[in-house]
Amino acid sequence: MSNANEILKMRHITKNFLGVRALHNVDFTLRSGEIHALMGENGAGKSTLIKVLTGAEEFETGTIMLEGHSHPIINRSPQEAQHNGISTVYQEVNLCPNLSVAENVFIGREPKSKVGGIDWKTMNKKALEVFQTLDIKIDVTLTLDHYSVAIQQMVAIARAVDISAKVLILDEPTSSLDDSETKKLFDLMKKLKAQGLGIIFVTHYLDQVYEVCDRITVLRNGELVGEYEVENLPRLQLVAKMMGKEFDDLAEVKHASVDSSDENLETIIEATGLGCSGKVKPFDLTIKKGDVIGLAGLLGSGRSELARTIYGADKPDSGELKMKGKRIKVHKTLDAMKAGMAFLPENRKEEGIISDLTVRENIILALQATKGALRRLSRKEQEEFTDRYIDLLKIKTPDRDIPVKQLSGGNQQKVILARWLLTDPDLLILDEPTRGIDVGTKTEIQKLVINLANEGKTVVFISSEIEEMLRTCSRMIVMRDTMKVGELADDEITQVNIMKAIAGGAGS
Amino acid sequence: MSKIEMNTSSQANSLKARSLLKDKLMGHNFLLFITVVLFILMYAAGIVAFHEKNFGTWQVFLNLFISNAGLIITSMGMTMVLIIAGIDISVGSMVAVVCMGLSVMMETAMMNPFLAILIVLVFGAIYGAFQGWLISYLRLEPFIITLTGMFLLRGLTAMISLNMVTVTNQTFLDIAQSKIYMPFLGVTTNAKGATMAPYIYPTVILALLVFVIVLIVLRYTKFGRSVYAVGGNQQSAMLMGLNVKRIKLKVYMVNGFLAALGGVAYLLNTCGAFVELAKDFEMEAIAATVIGGTPLTGGVGNAFGTLIGVLTKATIETFVSFQGNISSWWSKIIIAALLAVFIIIQSLLARRKQKQ
Amino acid sequence: MKQNESFIKRITGRALFLPAICLFLVLIANLVQTPDFFNIEIINGAFYGFIIDIINWGSGLIIMAVGMTLVVSSSGGADISVGSVSAVAGAICVAALGTEEAYQVPYVYSLLLALLAGMLCGAFNGFLVAYLKIVPMVATLILLTAGRGIAQLATGSFILYVKPDSFKYLGTFLPGVWIPTTLFVALFVVLITWLVLKRTSLGMYIQSVGINPQASRLMGLNSKRIIFGCYIFCGLCAAIAGLVSVSRTGSADANNIGRYKELDAIAAVAIGGNMLSGGKFSLIGSVIGAITIQALTTSLSAFHVAPDQQPLYKAVVVIIIVAIQSPELKRWLRGLKNKLSSAKTTEGGEVEL
Repeated sequence: MSNANEILKMRHITKNFLGVRALHNVDFTLRSGEIHALMGENGAGKSTLIKVLTGAEEFETGTIMLEGHSHPIINRSPQEAQHNGISTVYQEVNLCPNLSVAENVFIGREPKSKVGGIDWKTMNKKALEVFQTLDIKIDVTLTLDHYSVAIQQMVAIARAVDISAKVLILDEPTSSLDDSETKKLFDLMKKLKAQGLGIIFVTHYLDQVYEVCDRITVLRNGELVGEYEVENLPRLQLVAKMMGKEFDDLAEVKHASVDSSDENLETIIEATGLGCSGKVKPFDLTIKKGDVIGLAGLLGSGRSELARTIYGADKPDSGELKMKGKRIKVHKTLDAMKAGMAFLPENRKEEGIISDLTVRENIILALQATKGALRRLSRKEQEEFTDRYIDLLKIKTPDRDIPVKQLSGGNQQKVILARWLLTDPDLLILDEPTRGIDVGTKTEIQKLVINLANEGKTVVFISSEIEEMLRTCSRMIVMRDTMKVGELADDEITQVNIMKAIAGGAGS
Repeated sequence: MSKIEMNTSSQANSLKARSLLKDKLMGHNFLLFITVVLFILMYAAGIVAFHEKNFGTWQVFLNLFISNAGLIITSMGMTMVLIIAGIDISVGSMVAVVCMGLSVMMETAMMNPFLAILIVLVFGAIYGAFQGWLISYLRLEPFIITLTGMFLLRGLTAMISLNMVTVTNQTFLDIAQSKIYMPFLGVTTNAKGATMAPYIYPTVILALLVFVIVLIVLRYTKFGRSVYAVGGNQQSAMLMGLNVKRIKLKVYMVNGFLAALGGVAYLLNTCGAFVELAKDFEMEAIAATVIGGTPLTGGVGNAFGTLIGVLTKATIETFVSFQGNISSWWSKIIIAALLAVFIIIQSLLARRKQKQ
Repeated sequence: MKQNESFIKRITGRALFLPAICLFLVLIANLVQTPDFFNIEIINGAFYGFIIDIINWGSGLIIMAVGMTLVVSSSGGADISVGSVSAVAGAICVAALGTEEAYQVPYVYSLLLALLAGMLCGAFNGFLVAYLKIVPMVATLILLTAGRGIAQLATGSFILYVKPDSFKYLGTFLPGVWIPTTLFVALFVVLITWLVLKRTSLGMYIQSVGINPQASRLMGLNSKRIIFGCYIFCGLCAAIAGLVSVSRTGSADANNIGRYKELDAIAAVAIGGNMLSGGKFSLIGSVIGAITIQALTTSLSAFHVAPDQQPLYKAVVVIIIVAIQSPELKRWLRGLKNKLSSAKTTEGGEVEL
């Protein structure tokens, strides 16, 4: 653990966004020749830290010390960061698919010929050399879109490394890669590491962290949880730290008292081998009437994707789905709705609210869609329904006919929840229903979920806060790295068991 | 999709080569390939069908260039606009206003033709930059801005003169009418026994010059490559350090300039201007560019393909005129239909690619 | 101070503020130029006057604007082929009726044929936009040119005249009726459309698809079908406008029917307060916008601006409105406002992470 090869030292970094603390007093150290994982759940501050380092954002206090600079540096733009030796490769490969591989490597610094135009021959030759040092054989004259995402990423890395070679940041690079492609990426990373590059690997895939990283830094809620050597940190402890729990003292939290052992209960959902390429690996799942199913897992484990695949928001390309014993094919979401499903999406801004329509219209729209355009709900009915749910969910709005975009985020969420409850579904899928809602209403919603289950409805409940799920769920599905890895029922549902299932792997 | 080769066996290399051919055929070059083949087939069919009317002579081929010099120039500008995934439907009206402006300046104001030409070219560049500013910096939709441009410039044409104006300026007419003979292409004897060599006009030289310049710019200059980069992925281009806003503005400015230059060539062809002039020019320029292999979605396209696209349109028009007894409106309909077909093919290809 | 602010905000915030103000300005300008602008006379048992002219000539535009509104709302783009489509419809109707003393086909048939033609054109546009996802303006650019060509073919490149006088009833006056027939037609179209949109949930569907297509899809709405239908309807409206136009003159000039009307229709929708990028729409706003544009046409004519020159002014109006509506400009203005009142700090508020 020598300080001699520390190439990057970030100390006491603080950044605020409109009065909200995105980063508070965060330290980060990177050594040359290491692969360093940066991990954290939603809102931990990972992306903010990267943006601060690469100059995409300003920061209020703190210093950044970079090897080769006697004074602290501040990067004012990604270009400046690159000039200083810090490059980033993002998940959405930021290259131009219509240009050749060689061109993508050299945009902005193309070699010029004697007459002043671009010297294609030299450019192609130099590009080949760059790839040779990375042990990659590739035809640099082909356009980038000839190649898969995995290879495009390597081109992006080659460009980054060729421009500046001190710090390479890889932001969630493996999200769209399959296993063999990931292995090739790791081979490349190890080669770069051997050349002395320091790599920051932002990821949420536990297995990969243990496969290729040397050290881990964990952030939570904008603060530094700790910096660890991979070989000294058991997986279970890592999971605990990411979720903000101390492994040693876990409060006993009661789980739902619903008894799911009754064999006579009707099977609502039976999924066999249902999967959606690139989003969630094929899974089997049986849901019985009155179940409250929780989906637990770290960020990016595929919980939302599993739910969306069942509903048909993401079209499944393998397996089959049976609802109430009948095989159903969901071609469009209306099929799912008519079969009795409802889906509250995670991202309410993009997939939930119709901003310019009124509260009333937003609430009745799904129900109206099931009835068809011709059988319009009368104004009186619409107002009744709206008022009922404004009351039930305590939606704070001065009027039912103001545009829903004028409501606060939490109240918008309630509106969407009302919309789906109104359709009286048999299966209600809720993806982060309590995000952005005040504590009092969170409890209301949890009570509501339990009541629905008691009334015979079935609920799928996804939440980043484990306590919520513990209080309401009768069964827990555990996901890791887009795969269903475990299922817990009744007394098995404890925080420890959940974390063990998430952590998986060898050793504890 | 090709894969990276991690070994060096020759078998692997040959596999790579085979998949390359398949990719080339399936990709952007496919459309250009179709266009060239289409043009050659069409022209050959014309030679056969209109044999008695002497379709197979050099002059007929050169006439394609003569009557479309203005379209070639304008379409080069349109190519650049389509590459950055933009659009400009005001070019027809720009041609009209330039022709009318030039005519009135030379006839009524007795202006030196070269000065008048300079003025209209500057106007074209400025108006193009204006549209580019609205589109690039105020982030307004290209379709609505250039749509208003189409009507604004057409109205301006009518404001300059509601009546038809004929050019009588001798210098201008001399340039317009000076034939450039090309005896090396073979001399023909007409019915009266006089010998004639195929000829072109200066406008054709101008058009080909513009074609070559645009070809070089797009392939060998930083600006040209940055146009492709912006068209390929605007976000990436920005992250790679390119000034996307400025590049887009420049493209619209160059397009305005080229549309104006196209107007100058157009006037050299017609030597007269009226309000309705070049009414469907923008559709023709877009059709030529799209048929030439430049999809509306941007990122891809080249000057050569556009040139072939113009020649294709010209061939269709020649067919219709050689046929004699069908309405000239048919050529407009056929070109519009061809544009529709190409747009549909392009969109289907794009969807297939997305699914992969 | 604060009460005044909110009063102004309430007035300017109302959806119909923009069209009302524009109409007001144009009428005032007209009144200044022609003092007897608002005079209405009765000659030979029918109303005459500038205002009557506006209503008469504006009816076709109102009908087109109705169709254009739905297209803009659902797809965020404009149908620039409406002028050409109306020419196709008008030409087909007249060509079918023939130039003889009596109609070659029953009058109703020719009307139906024209409407069908319009809907087919709309379907073509709608297919390209909704199912092939082609940018609306380029998709409709095809019919903009081809449409004129088809209309020319239908009339054989001549101007066809219809002999029977009854043909003109639709475009001018029914015998014994004081009010122009076109007004009835326009009222009918607007009313029926409004009823259908309000009595069914189609109005809400269209807006939903235009505002947030993803959320609409998740809620079970078929956005493709809705957009397709809007374009068919727009083609139908263009056809009706074309019929009104040929009835007025009793002839079909394929070159002139619907000329520059696409600009008028788009301008009407923009003045009506509708965002050209799609979303919430106001039918009444578009109607007022259409009347405003027609009044603008009348005042430009009074100022001796030729029909071929008028598009210049209308284009400028559209640019100004679109620029004012642009989010970029609003952002810039907001930035200015923030700099001026920099002392305030925002407290709390929800932050989406």
